Amino acid sequence: MEIPYTVQPRPDTGIYNAKVGIWLFLASEVMLFGGLFSGYVLLRVGADQWPHGWLDVRFGTLNTIILALSAITTLLAWAACKVGHFGKFKFFHACTLLLALSFLSVKMYEYHDKWIHYEIKLADGTFADGHLVEKSADFDLAQKTGTVTLHGRIVKDETLLYDLRSQKNIELKEVTVNASDIVKMENYGPWHNTFLAIYFTLTGLHALHILGGSIVIGYLWGPGSKMWKKDPERFTNRIEVSGLFWHFVDLVWIFLFPVLYLT
Amino acid sequence: MDAIVHQFPPYRKDEAHHSQDAHDDHGHEHHDPGFWAKYIFSTDHKTIGIQYGFTALCFMLFGFFLMLMMRWQIAHPGTPVPVIGPLLEKVLGQVAAKGVISPELYNSFGAMHGTIMVFLGIVPLAFAAFGNYVVPLMIGAVDMAFPRVNMASYQAYFLGGLVMFISFFIPGGAAQAGWTSYSPLATTIPTHGQLFWIIGMVLLISSSLLGAVNFIATIIQLRAPGMTWMRLPFFVWAQFVTAFLLLLAFPPLEAAAVMQLMDNVAHTSFFLPTGLAVGGQLANISGGGSPLLWQHLFWFLGHPEVYVLILPAMGIVCEILANNTRKPIWGYKSLVYSVLTIGFLSFIVWAHHMYLTGMGTKISTFFQATTMIISIPSVIILTCLFISLWGGSIRFNTPMLFALAFLPMFGIGGLTGLPLGFNVSDVHLHDTYYVIAHFHYVVAPGTIFGLFAGIYYWFPKMTGRKMNEFWGRVHFWCSLIFMNLVFMPMFAQGMAGMLRRMSDGGANYSAAVNARAGADVIGGLSDDIMSLHVWILWAAIALGIAQIPFIVNLFWSIKHGEKVGDNPWNSTTLEWQTPTPPPHGNFTHEITVYRGPYEYSVPGHATDFTPQNEPPIGSHAPQISTTVH
Amino acid sequence: MSELKATTQTGAPMTGGPDSHGHPVDLNNYIRTCAYVFASVLCATALMIWISFLPEHYTWALKVGLILVVACGNAFVVAGFLMHLISEKKMIYTLLAFTVFFFAGLMGLTLYALQDFPTGTTH
Repeated sequence: MEIPYTVQPRPDTGIYNAKVGIWLFLASEVMLFGGLFSGYVLLRVGADQWPHGWLDVRFGTLNTIILALSAITTLLAWAACKVGHFGKFKFFHACTLLLALSFLSVKMYEYHDKWIHYEIKLADGTFADGHLVEKSADFDLAQKTGTVTLHGRIVKDETLLYDLRSQKNIELKEVTVNASDIVKMENYGPWHNTFLAIYFTLTGLHALHILGGSIVIGYLWGPGSKMWKKDPERFTNRIEVSGLFWHFVDLVWIFLFPVLYLT
Repeated sequence: MDAIVHQFPPYRKDEAHHSQDAHDDHGHEHHDPGFWAKYIFSTDHKTIGIQYGFTALCFMLFGFFLMLMMRWQIAHPGTPVPVIGPLLEKVLGQVAAKGVISPELYNSFGAMHGTIMVFLGIVPLAFAAFGNYVVPLMIGAVDMAFPRVNMASYQAYFLGGLVMFISFFIPGGAAQAGWTSYSPLATTIPTHGQLFWIIGMVLLISSSLLGAVNFIATIIQLRAPGMTWMRLPFFVWAQFVTAFLLLLAFPPLEAAAVMQLMDNVAHTSFFLPTGLAVGGQLANISGGGSPLLWQHLFWFLGHPEVYVLILPAMGIVCEILANNTRKPIWGYKSLVYSVLTIGFLSFIVWAHHMYLTGMGTKISTFFQATTMIISIPSVIILTCLFISLWGGSIRFNTPMLFALAFLPMFGIGGLTGLPLGFNVSDVHLHDTYYVIAHFHYVVAPGTIFGLFAGIYYWFPKMTGRKMNEFWGRVHFWCSLIFMNLVFMPMFAQGMAGMLRRMSDGGANYSAAVNARAGADVIGGLSDDIMSLHVWILWAAIALGIAQIPFIVNLFWSIKHGEKVGDNPWNSTTLEWQTPTPPPHGNFTHEITVYRGPYEYSVPGHATDFTPQNEPPIGSHAPQISTTVH
Repeated sequence: MSELKATTQTGAPMTGGPDSHGHPVDLNNYIRTCAYVFASVLCATALMIWISFLPEHYTWALKVGLILVVACGNAFVVAGFLMHLISEKKMIYTLLAFTVFFFAGLMGLTLYALQDFPTGTTH
């Protein structure tokens, strides 16, 4: 038994099976991210205040460039297969994998940066906000003992913490507060507000796609590439199909970047 | 300009070694496969179809028992469930103390009955089981386009079902927030049932996603030469549209499930509004979320899901009607365009489930209008099927009886939906037993009858034997009568104002309203309305007993049913033009299609059916068109 | 490798890519395309960042609108050339058209429904 059109396109549709499959899959991915983007829009429209400038544009730009480069190496890896340069294929996809790894590393760093960023509501109604420097050895929020030191600032009005873009020359210094003055202390995790919730969810799901794509590409680069010897056309198709997925993930980032970092 | 020069099949001789690789996936099946490879990790679409069917039937039976226990609780609130009460207490503990179903347990049974019936019962049976077994055969394909994806799809489904099933036995029990899992309720219930529900749903959604991709790719790519789009049996069309609904409507629910997962696990506030109070305390959340967002995302799936439930059944019924009236289906093209229209429109009607959420009149009017418009193609389909009966010499065998009963039953279900589609009348009927009766008429005597018809109809293809005709009729008549006795009274209850989801069947509510006696008080339920609960209970028990002949018949007939040939119903479609049961690879020779699917009683033909692959006299074998459109 | 090249030259297309018209494939062509695409992605990114940092009298609504327009252009280039959608088959266009339509319906109608509340009532 042999399933037709696994390698050659079917004459009347002009496409081979896996390509139909991947486009269908991508269509459903559009709806998946579409659902989350709809959530983003609705939360933003309904929010009392929406943060501006919370994410570091430099890292976002860096990741945009990394992902664009990886998309290009993916295309070139496929092109190398098409012209029969197996060695070049290996080179380009090795680049893709390294770039994917770099993307995830940058992302991890950004997550960590938010994780150690605290907003502390103080008893006098002001807010201390900044990155955690240290907690004193006897720091205990429940017992109200010890101190916590942030690299940041103290503001009178919480709204100042939301719009960072409109404030010029924000001065950051080391701020130490006593546990006894703390009303509420919370880091910038997904629970902090709906912006961070959708930020972590969207980028987290996107990062999972990067991870999944890397595993597939890694497989095709490593053990899966044995197929090249036996059936180069089919292998080239596999590279194309996995490449389409990779480009889609890049495409999602093209929207995530402006939506989360720039606006 | 895109003319591609290709012979069919498109393999050149020098590629013979390639085809050897294509065998990789199936190589093991050439030399006698072991039990595991053959039955558990099979990539053969027929085995997977049977796996799906068997699992789904088990889940449906399980869901039915949940319902029976709920009906007991509604009819006799606070009394122990007979027979299985002690068992319930033993397995589930405090929530079923002394064999009485507590309100919490009732809620979780209600939520899981809906979830199991829809996502683990009907969809896998109608779409995945019949689709898997029948569609590749009907289009003359050797298998699905991606056999291993197909296997993964079943495994994800099985795993999802397992997670759902296990959730009954965790502390706190299964999800309690209804099959719709509305937030913030779903997030504020302090047990882990909802977490299991979400994880189970993500697995089930992944499963149907893989299935949908596979079905669409198969139908587009693997049709046999000559099997043009307008020669596809209507069942294939129905499955095609269903697959698209699953493909595009499910992901937003997956997105919503991810967000609810974050709400439950990472304490985000996607669906939790500012100022939410839980148990009288202000919840410790950031707030700012929108409960309505969940409802929109849920019903964006939820409504297409209704058509996912009904379209495959319509397809099955259409096949069986054509076969047993021995004449072509009336209005094949209308059927096809109607089903496509339904598929398209079903994406833009969802908010008619949400008239009472405070939407404005403009948007309500929009959804009301699209809802009324979508009833037109549904009526066209039903009308075509009815007209197809006219002048036929009808054979009243068991599958035909079920298929015939589908028509009026689905008709009742569909027509009673109209008052729910108008936002004014929906204000009164919303969330009452009327809604329950309406959608159960669509799905239970509607879809499930279609599925029973399908099982009786294709059983001989799977086993080479017919199911017992007498017990089939017993099953049919008892099911028909008791199904109606169960659901018909619910219309009356709903119109009288009985709300759904009350674990005591409205006893407390009714007593409270009646106690405030006064001319201005309306809404108390009369004793007549309340006593219907008991009737429904016994009708439901009888309906359960009526399924025993079916279960016994199903298993007994595998070994002892009447032996039949390859085409016992004298059918035209391709699945009957191959040995029974079909071998691996489905067909023993190259299949070529020359005609439409319903050429019954063609004048001048020797038999009263002309198989799709029977060549006309003096014809050439058609090729797949070599021009790219 | 030469065997593959030979296949493409005989006119049997391997895939539906940009070269599916029987032209011999050349890696340099792809590298050129890629360079253009990469340059335009960089330009688009720079443009978006510039818009984002425009002075405050440009409202966020305006900035978001402009940025999304640029992002769509950017996405078009990537989808068009890297995913070779620019020369894809009709069937895939149809599929994507429906998907985009349903996505627009999902977002648009939900947004409308949540904004269109009757006034004068509490919800």
